[in-house]
Amino acid sequence: MNKQVLVIGGGPAGLETAGQLENLGYKVYIVEKSDKLGGHLLKWDRLFPDSISAAETLQKLLEPVVHITTFLGCEVVSVNKTGGHFYVQLSNEATLSVSSIVVTAGFSLFSAEKKEEYGYNIYNRVVTSADIESYFKTKSDDRIQNPKSIGFVHCVGSRDEKACNKQCSKVCCITAVKQACEMKELYPEADVYCFYMDLRMYGRGYEDLYLEAQSQYGIRFIRGRVSEVAEDETGRLVIKAEDTLSSKPLKITLDLLVLMVGMVKNSDNEKLSSLLNTRLGDDGFFQCANPILRSTEGESEGIFFAGASTGPKTLPESINEAKASALAIHGYLSKQK
Amino acid sequence: MIDFGYSLTASSRISLDNIDQKKIKKITAIEPDFLKCMACGSCAASCSAGNFTKVNLRMVILLLNRGLDKEAVSLIEGCMLCGKCTLVCPRGINTRNLIGNILKIYKEV
Repeated sequence: MNKQVLVIGGGPAGLETAGQLENLGYKVYIVEKSDKLGGHLLKWDRLFPDSISAAETLQKLLEPVVHITTFLGCEVVSVNKTGGHFYVQLSNEATLSVSSIVVTAGFSLFSAEKKEEYGYNIYNRVVTSADIESYFKTKSDDRIQNPKSIGFVHCVGSRDEKACNKQCSKVCCITAVKQACEMKELYPEADVYCFYMDLRMYGRGYEDLYLEAQSQYGIRFIRGRVSEVAEDETGRLVIKAEDTLSSKPLKITLDLLVLMVGMVKNSDNEKLSSLLNTRLGDDGFFQCANPILRSTEGESEGIFFAGASTGPKTLPESINEAKASALAIHGYLSKQK
Repeated sequence: MIDFGYSLTASSRISLDNIDQKKIKKITAIEPDFLKCMACGSCAASCSAGNFTKVNLRMVILLLNRGLDKEAVSLIEGCMLCGKCTLVCPRGINTRNLIGNILKIYKEV
């Protein structure tokens, strides 16, 4: 009988891992806690830096997994390991016996409400990066009414010890630049500002997009973290920040403020890690066996990782890790009797 | 006026509302590279005049974008157009052309 593998999480990393494992001849199960496969990719419109369609990307990820047994709206309830086997019970009463488990549980988006000073869900014209992506998809959002001035706030819930997220979320800088250009395309008359602490344009094509944002789209970059947002009597937003490059306090009135929410650990990581007998790092993401040489392997045998379950990652990084993880699992299972 | 022994201090706060962008558009039309500055400071670091005067092109570009024209222009008046900043600029901005045109446009009455 084919060896069986359980994939926990049906986002891009999970889908890619599952597809690769099936290709290698394994019987794969996917368990996904929401009612749909695709994870955060479902909410996105276009992907940085080349504006590739998120829907088409997801379609390509889904095609190879159509025959794979998938449990939607379902979670892992208990795991018992005997010998080289994991006996897994799911919340839908199903029981699985698998030789290996891959955690592709991903991340959660930071809840913008926690940064109360930015006024999300308090002021009507404050939205998040995820809201604006769904606006790009649907072209409808009551909060976005022909804005003449738009601000993007980088690092919302990232690099923020008070928000319990010390990590850089990696994807927000380039996402803000991408979304700023897209908003400028929709509203060419609007002034668009990005408030940043550092611009981390590390990926191929990122720096080009940044330069394009400056020189072609006229996006204006202000180095300084927004300290507070208030609403004036007309409902417009008054933003305060320091322009750190001139060491002067700065004020601007905007029609729309976009909060670049970061990638944070899932709230159920602790539960899952104790079920799987793995550890979490101080940041609440899963701990791998070795961050350089064995980043897709868990500390306990038979447990593997891919994607943002081990920390913020870009989509291509998650996809590559999924392939690496499938190969690591193949190596592990080939040695197992 | 009676001197009460105290006075008001002018606010140093930058307000980006209602900045007159006519001159910025004019300078950008002549020298589009005006938009490419990423504030690295190479120009200011290499400036021959910078050690002895307030010349600082990085700050000039920033202040013009913030609507502080007078303060900006005062920071290039000591420029000797030696062109060292053109050599070091990583974004390849034609800084000498930019400085010349800033002086031309912003000193017009």
